[in-house]
Amino acid sequence: MPRLSYRRALTRALADELTRDEAVFVLGEDVQVGASLVTTGLAKRFGTERVRDTPLSEQAFTSFATGAALAGLRPVIEFQIPSLLFLVFEQIVNHAHKFPLMTGGQCSVPVTYLVPGSGSRTGWAGQHSDHPYSLFAHVGVVTVVPATPADAYGLLVTAIRHDDPVVVFAPAGAMDLRDDVDDLAPVPLGRGRIHRFGDDVTVVAIGHLVHDALAVAEEVADQVSVEVFDPRTLYPFDIDGLTESVARTGRLVVLDDANRSCGMAAEIIASVVERVPLLAPPRRVTRPDGAVLPFAPALDRAVQPGRDQLATAIHLTMKDSS
Amino acid sequence: MTDADPVRLYRTVRLIRRFEERAVELVHGGQIVGGIHPYLGQEGIAAGVCAALGADDVLAGTHRGHGHVLARGADPARMLAELCGRVTGLNAGRGGSMHAADLSIGVLGANAIVGASGAIITGAVWAHRRRGRDTVGVSFFGDGAVNEGMLLEAFNLAALWRVPVLFVCENNGYATTMPVAGAVAGSIAGRAAAFDLPAVQVDGQDPETVRVAASAAVDRMRAGGGPELIEARTYRFDAHHTFEHAVRLDDYRPPDEVTRGRARDPVRIQGERLTDADRAAVDAEVEATLDAAVRFALNSPEPDPADALTYLYASGLTARTGGG
Ligand SMILES: Cc1ncc(C[n+]2csc(CCOP(=O)(O)OP(=O)(O)O)c2C)c(N)n1
Ligand SMILES: [Mg+2]
Repeated sequence: MPRLSYRRALTRALADELTRDEAVFVLGEDVQVGASLVTTGLAKRFGTERVRDTPLSEQAFTSFATGAALAGLRPVIEFQIPSLLFLVFEQIVNHAHKFPLMTGGQCSVPVTYLVPGSGSRTGWAGQHSDHPYSLFAHVGVVTVVPATPADAYGLLVTAIRHDDPVVVFAPAGAMDLRDDVDDLAPVPLGRGRIHRFGDDVTVVAIGHLVHDALAVAEEVADQVSVEVFDPRTLYPFDIDGLTESVARTGRLVVLDDANRSCGMAAEIIASVVERVPLLAPPRRVTRPDGAVLPFAPALDRAVQPGRDQLATAIHLTMKDSS
Repeated sequence: MTDADPVRLYRTVRLIRRFEERAVELVHGGQIVGGIHPYLGQEGIAAGVCAALGADDVLAGTHRGHGHVLARGADPARMLAELCGRVTGLNAGRGGSMHAADLSIGVLGANAIVGASGAIITGAVWAHRRRGRDTVGVSFFGDGAVNEGMLLEAFNLAALWRVPVLFVCENNGYATTMPVAGAVAGSIAGRAAAFDLPAVQVDGQDPETVRVAASAAVDRMRAGGGPELIEARTYRFDAHHTFEHAVRLDDYRPPDEVTRGRARDPVRIQGERLTDADRAAVDAEVEATLDAAVRFALNSPEPDPADALTYLYASGLTARTGGG
């Protein structure tokens, strides 16, 4: 079985879609050289007309992509750092997202916003370490956070083919993962994946944290049987899939590498408790409220949700229901 | 007000040069995590501009920001401690390379968002002047930033409200791998002209030339003039960021261009204005300062993870933790 890295899976997805559909093109900063190591080789293969370097004009090139999409193309924008999404939030939310409704259904805006290396890269500090996926889920822009190389490939392909804007977060903590991958295929939006079956508690983990959840599930396996649910798409969320899981286990813990208040974990918990009675109060393990990642490595780590916290949350949830 | 002493100007460029070389070593040694954007080759700009400033003035920098902080007079030991993430650092280890700041000397910080500092410095200068000070400000930015809308909006505000900000564009020819010719329609000076900002182009490799141009601009601004722009032509001697030392990107800068660029060395150019004895004395003093700085940084304690969110809210509001 060929081994594929998460990063190369993204490269493959871009290359395959550029090959399959002439309407697809890539734009962003330093994408021709491939400074993010994701677009490596694409300019040589597909030409600089379809793999375009931009000036540092994020707001303009984001809306440029909206215009190109209105005219029938399928732009993929690569953003070098997650905080650039704050800069272009207006362009994505107030324009790309709103055009279909505001025009009474006259158009679609199929743009993909790809953020390779979201979250902490350790040592990139306050302005380069955010994980703002819940903001997009809140406004209702399709948002995916793949955890594995196969899902990175499949979700990026699907995002590019999708007729609405999609934000693809590729967490820094997952970029160097490698996996045996048999066949690469599109992955449907809004469909979660159970990585590990269990009986006692469902742990929902987002992005790179899926791997931490799996490790913790192994660690505690002699005491607790943990099911690990990876939503893959945060919006629209696979609430049916998760409800089915929690209906079996009766307990819920969410692991989410983003700020606590109004975060994805809160939304996931609310959506579940609206539907399923639980045996114990649900718990979430997140970054703190209002978190700004401090520079010093030990502080950076302390602010991110960790395995110890997850293990504690699992044990407390079990205790609460005993 | 201007500090025209060639020895002090040499000391500043030499200090920045050796600080950055030491910092690169510490990146390679793993003591500085996350890497840095070295200011190597551009020392003359920070040194020349800061020599033109007075005690009440303020500045804000960029991701390539160490030179600005040092030229303004921050303690190199506390600066290095910051890069090493120690509690004794300028920002108590919370900011690191891209956020180093020293408000006590008017350094509002390096900034990791390209183009962001111009508007911040404009507001700060406006406020200082309203409170009766004679403050002028400097906003440093790269050639890449002139394509950011928010910087051009800052040009407009500063010009419209006659806020004395010296906008200093360090044109090193590239924004990461993007050459200026591929990114800038019109010209950098033309951006200034559109807002009626007086603009000059200077040789950024000559610290004295930069100092003279900055002093003239600061004098005009103190006499009641509005904002101005200096485009300092320069060359980055090293990588965009030290990650390039580990991961080689395609040759986006032709090798002969790099050779030519590195040949005009601001440290050598300013050094030649000193006697050999003076230069040797400065070099020795800088080396001793940096030896002490490295010792100070590496012997300083790391912050306690329990304090990870100290300083989050100036009001004292306490945040809920991430739970468990
Ligand atoms: C708004 C924004 N866009 C992109 C980046 C990523 N980035 C960091 S430095 C840089 C290049 C900046 O070029 P320039 O302004 O010329 O400064 P130089 O690096 O040459 O000193 C880029 C694209 C960023 N930090 N902020
Ligand atoms: Mg530049």
